[in-house]
Amino acid sequence: MLGYYLELALRHMRRNPMLTGLMALAIAVGIGASMTTLTVMHLLAGDPLPGRSQHLYYPQIDVSPESKGREPYDVLDYRTAVDLWSSRKADRQALIVNSPVKLEAPETTLPPLMLPMLSTTADFFPMFDVPFRYGRGWSADDDEARSRVAVISSDLNEKIFAGANSVGRTLRLRGKDVRIVGVLAPWRPSPLFYNVRGGRFSNGDTADFYSKPEDVITPLSSALEINDGNFQQFTCWSMPPTPGHLQNSPCVWVALWVQLDSAEKVTAYRRYLDDYAAQQQALGRIKLGNNNRMRSLMEWLDFNGVVPNDVKLQTLLAFAFLVICLCNVVGLLLAKFLRRGGEIGLRRALGATRRTVFAQYLVEAGVIGVVGGVGGLLLTLLGLALVRRQPVPYADFIHLDVSMFLTTFALSVGVSLLAGLLPALRASLVEPALQLKVI
Amino acid sequence: MTMVQVQPVLAALRKHRIATVLIALEIALACAVLCNACFLIMQRVQAMHIVSGVDEDALGTIKLDGFDPQQATDLNARVLSALRGIAGVRAATVVNAVPFSQHAGRAGVFLDADKAQFGGVVEFYLASPGSAEAFGLHLVAGRFPAQEEYARVGTFVPKDPPVVITRALAEHFWPGENPLGKTFWSGDTFRVIGVLDHLAVPEPGGGEAKDPDWSVYVPAQPGPQFAGRYLIRADPADLPGVMARARQAVRKAAPEAVLDQVQSRTIPELRHSYFLTSRVMAGLLAGVVVALLGTTALGIVGLASFWVAQRRKQIGVRRALGATSGDILRYFQIENFLIVTIGIALGMALAFGINAGLMKFYELPRLPAWYLPVGAVTLWVLGQLAVLAPALRAAAVPPVAAMRSA
Repeated sequence: MLGYYLELALRHMRRNPMLTGLMALAIAVGIGASMTTLTVMHLLAGDPLPGRSQHLYYPQIDVSPESKGREPYDVLDYRTAVDLWSSRKADRQALIVNSPVKLEAPETTLPPLMLPMLSTTADFFPMFDVPFRYGRGWSADDDEARSRVAVISSDLNEKIFAGANSVGRTLRLRGKDVRIVGVLAPWRPSPLFYNVRGGRFSNGDTADFYSKPEDVITPLSSALEINDGNFQQFTCWSMPPTPGHLQNSPCVWVALWVQLDSAEKVTAYRRYLDDYAAQQQALGRIKLGNNNRMRSLMEWLDFNGVVPNDVKLQTLLAFAFLVICLCNVVGLLLAKFLRRGGEIGLRRALGATRRTVFAQYLVEAGVIGVVGGVGGLLLTLLGLALVRRQPVPYADFIHLDVSMFLTTFALSVGVSLLAGLLPALRASLVEPALQLKVI
Repeated sequence: MTMVQVQPVLAALRKHRIATVLIALEIALACAVLCNACFLIMQRVQAMHIVSGVDEDALGTIKLDGFDPQQATDLNARVLSALRGIAGVRAATVVNAVPFSQHAGRAGVFLDADKAQFGGVVEFYLASPGSAEAFGLHLVAGRFPAQEEYARVGTFVPKDPPVVITRALAEHFWPGENPLGKTFWSGDTFRVIGVLDHLAVPEPGGGEAKDPDWSVYVPAQPGPQFAGRYLIRADPADLPGVMARARQAVRKAAPEAVLDQVQSRTIPELRHSYFLTSRVMAGLLAGVVVALLGTTALGIVGLASFWVAQRRKQIGVRRALGATSGDILRYFQIENFLIVTIGIALGMALAFGINAGLMKFYELPRLPAWYLPVGAVTLWVLGQLAVLAPALRAAAVPPVAAMRSA
């Protein structure tokens, strides 16, 4: 039966190629626009660490001695961060500090570069499941010993060492030699979750959360020596006495991530945070001891509204456009089906039930949907190619994955079946007698 | 005459209720999206045409990183003398930022010493002697700092400096009052000695500054905490050449520092790249508007063509009964006008609904009312243009069609 309907549908479509083409085009354009934006949304709003993110948490303590009880700062001051980190109450914990650093490669002729440096602690690599090409991260002992070691990105390894195993080679960071202990495999979490902060102050202009990971990663303890004077505060409640040297400053600038593997541990850690803050309040270092937060990774991303407003707006527009295309298709299908009133009447008179007529016309709508879907897929690929040429930090990883490829077809067939529903129903309601009289 | 013709059109439309409603809905949605998309485009275009308050065409900047702060005074001296030695350079000074670069001195300020009345987050431009003239700033009241008021920078700014602020900031701090001689606080005490017509913040539209003109000009002497960014003024015609020579000269004069290739450009270049994403987004929105209008027009053409074909026989009858081809043409034009009007009426309500949503989530201002009549006229014209071809085809149906079977 389906074969026969398909044959009929193809015959009808051939009879009216202009109209059919117009409908398929409308679906293709609508699908192309909405799938392009939906793919970008899907890539930007996704989980950067699937399977791990639910165990990762971002503790915040209201460390300001002048707190007014509003949302605590996005990051911590050095003392609080180090206190929490060194307590080792979580399964894993890592401190995060960013600073620009001058890099030289003494073994090459490369001119000195300014690069963003990530300074962290040993747990960073296993906690975030960071992939290594060569070597490995450093150990907790290296943190302790302030070892002059570094892990570099695969991009930087490509640039300086032409992709060779550079473990054991030396880099010069702000005039100090550090030994490479690990080279990352290509790693592109989306967003760069561990650096997300301050989203609520960005007016929705959050594209920078999708930057590449830093090219140089060093132990925080040694970075504090190497890059002293170049650290930048997130904010301060009064002026730091020595700009760029923030260990004892009234500034927040250090982020802490913890891994908590069970619900009990999460509860226990929350209690620990409250206890710690209450104790600090009693010591008079902070004003409010009960204004603490601990969001999970995905909650923290949500709180910061990581998906840029521009992208959300584009998606909204694309779907409005799809609805308009859909209205168009419904109107055209209605016109097309009802024009064949005589034929429908004849079929009905010859014994076709309403249901078979309905099915037949729905199949026809579905076929147009498939044709439109193929066109939509091509337009989606074109749209994504255009997105990749946009001057945005996330341009490099925009691609169509399998799930979105299938969604494209599902959406286009779904949309055209939806569009065909009403016209097919109207067609099936044609009264045989009335139509035959006209003929 | 026209009124007489509206009656049969309405009667016919009632018979095609579904199709009429669909096309009206399509037009409603198109109207709503059109108004809001155009509004968003206008917002971006306005943001892009911000007045920076500096002589952009004559200015460039050089940025150095990776030097030792202990050597900053020496570095400043070396770089400034190298820059001033370049043919075509009219002025070279030390600044901490220029419009469309990167923010450098952002801080919250208070309007009283007790930190009770918050004034907002503003941008502090540190500038060495001669910078006001080099920037080409326009004073509207008061005076620029005198030579001796350019003092050494402490941790953030010189101690309790005299400052020049913009008119927008003065009006925000002290509405309707004379700002000269007034003070505000942020660690230090800032005393206003002059008012500028404009000075855009380094990153207009970004950060917490509510207005792109909330800038403070702070006179300062270069030193350890104030080094690495240089302002160059040259004849606009020479500027690209001067900048190329400046980049070369600085590399030679400060081999230990790293030249920031992205930031060391002319201000027009910085402005261009600063608004690149805005421009792309505006272009994209414009593309959506065009696609939207095109799709809507195609829908109208498709449906009108179908109706013409369907009514061939009736048209023939009307023609045989004495209707002129002009009457038939007008019939389809009136029909289209009615449908589009219903769509527009719905669309206006929808446009404000969408705008209300955008206001809530994107901090957009309210859609100005004049967008609606413009949008309405656009859609009426579009509808009439789209229906013209099918209507002309209808008008060309000969009376004899009445005799032929449909």
